[in-house]
Amino acid sequence: MKLSLTDKALRGTIYALLTILAFITFYPFWNSLVISFNSGSDTALGGITFWPRDFTLQNYEIVFKDKQIFNAYFITILRTVFGTALSMFFTALFAYGLSKKGILLKKFYTLFAIFTMFFNGGLIPYFIIVYSLNLYNTFFFLILHGMVSVYNMIIFRTFFTQLPDGIEESARIDGCSNFGVFFRIVLPVSGPVLATLGLFTAVFLWNDWFIPAVFINDQNLVPLQTLLVQIINAGTTANLLNNLNSYAQSAVSQTVTVKALQMATMMVATLPILMVYPFLQRYFVKGVLIGSLKE
Amino acid sequence: MLDRVAKRKDSAGMQPNASLDKASFWVRFARQWDYQLMILPAILFLLIFSYGPMWGVLMSFQEFNLFKGFWESEWVGFRHFEMFFESPEFWRIMRNTFVISILKLAIGFPAPIILALMLNEIGGVLFKRFVQTITYIPHFISWVVISGFVFSMFAVDDGAVNNLLLAIGLIDTPINWMSSPNYFWTILVGTNVWKEIGFGSIVYLAAIVGIDPSLYEAAAIDGASRWKQIFTITLPGIAPVIIIFLILGVGNVLNAGFEDIMMLTRNLNNGIVMSVADVLDTYVYQMGIMNQRYSYATAAGLFKSLLSIVLLVGANAIARKLGRESLW
Repeated sequence: MKLSLTDKALRGTIYALLTILAFITFYPFWNSLVISFNSGSDTALGGITFWPRDFTLQNYEIVFKDKQIFNAYFITILRTVFGTALSMFFTALFAYGLSKKGILLKKFYTLFAIFTMFFNGGLIPYFIIVYSLNLYNTFFFLILHGMVSVYNMIIFRTFFTQLPDGIEESARIDGCSNFGVFFRIVLPVSGPVLATLGLFTAVFLWNDWFIPAVFINDQNLVPLQTLLVQIINAGTTANLLNNLNSYAQSAVSQTVTVKALQMATMMVATLPILMVYPFLQRYFVKGVLIGSLKE
Repeated sequence: MLDRVAKRKDSAGMQPNASLDKASFWVRFARQWDYQLMILPAILFLLIFSYGPMWGVLMSFQEFNLFKGFWESEWVGFRHFEMFFESPEFWRIMRNTFVISILKLAIGFPAPIILALMLNEIGGVLFKRFVQTITYIPHFISWVVISGFVFSMFAVDDGAVNNLLLAIGLIDTPINWMSSPNYFWTILVGTNVWKEIGFGSIVYLAAIVGIDPSLYEAAAIDGASRWKQIFTITLPGIAPVIIIFLILGVGNVLNAGFEDIMMLTRNLNNGIVMSVADVLDTYVYQMGIMNQRYSYATAAGLFKSLLSIVLLVGANAIARKLGRESLW
């Protein structure tokens, strides 16, 4: 098909606009990465854009040797792993129970759950409940928050109702209990759904800084993103160093600046997501689409 | 053997038959105890952590004291609501909430649609995939890191934006973008568009794929240009999806944003921009968590919830009147 002149102009404009969009999306990531590998005092002179001028690993050395950051990283990993596992398990279990025919109170359970998608009591009453249950300032609460996602439950339930009865039946004939069927048959065949929903849950938990900022007081339980808020908002080196341990305090000399440390910590917090993203992109895309089918 | 299978089916409640229906509720319940047990933890969780706070909003009618607890605190009626409505911040917060969310809707809503339309016009698969891959990424990056980017790009000293504008001669001296109330809304909305434009386009791209290709062929034979086909075929083809998302967007208008505003005001510590930055959600956080005025903050939060419901129902009613898609 031959393109007319206006169509060619249209296509040219679109290519130009998309190139600009791709560039302004990419540049902040790249520039921050470059700054994190450049010596802080040199960055302060200005003009660092696409390539480090005074290459150094010192910023990362401080970040990795800092006990506070290391500990926060550990908390983030623990929270992401256990939080995702817990949420997937109880949400899928809930959905599986509801997907069976003839379950008593099924309508009630479903309405009970869906109602919470539209109404909630808000932050303060939630805070008070958590506080009165003595869950304030506990790691357990960090993984408990979000244990049941009604949204994910609906997606799971749709998937479970579409499963053929045959395989479950044959397992029951072989003497499998209903729990056994769930663990040995249903969960293994739910791989793609589990992966997609698990991925979104994991990204949420990895990126969440707010719940720990409100519900955690002990600096040893603070995850990476929340610590990063403290680092970014510190403003001055003195404030920043208050949040870090003695190693950083002794290592920070003329060459390391707040900005350099911020950038290095930001990269450390972001790189895991950037590294898995290209391999999992299709799951991410699938996740949006199964979510929107419901609507 | 067959007998056992049949029994198991019964116990699973898979095949209700006449004799079972006559059995009492508790007998039937006991037969499906394992499925009920699967449901129980989730129901308990929702009861405590979702329904608990819903009853907890009653504390907005109390002078809640954390040490006395809910049952011992004093009831004060509508005092906190009156205080909130009469507070000097009230109208400012309402203005900020509405302006920010309407700006986000007006610019952030069409942006992914335009991107999807543009991506659809591209012939080269490789370039298309490249743009998609890059623009999806910011959605998965936390607001904490994004704000780090924003502060770095818009810095007075050696920020990329100032450098660019200086280089092309649009400004003579660097602008202090992040500490001026004049630019806050632009930066906030711009960053949101930057973060979500790619990811938001996925749904529309999927809808475009669903359009019957023969429509385009017919239009091309009739001599319609690609530009014209966008408006006569593509946009009408994805209109149902657009309308559903628009209703959701209007119903969401009071969620002006929380994390983004928190981060771009350095945890509400940037006093200079607060006059244009505080919205209902940040106000609830500030009053409740930072200042520990629990009852007062709950009252402000409850006011917001009620207004949200009115807006969602209203948006849906309008969509229904127009005779197009609606949520219910």
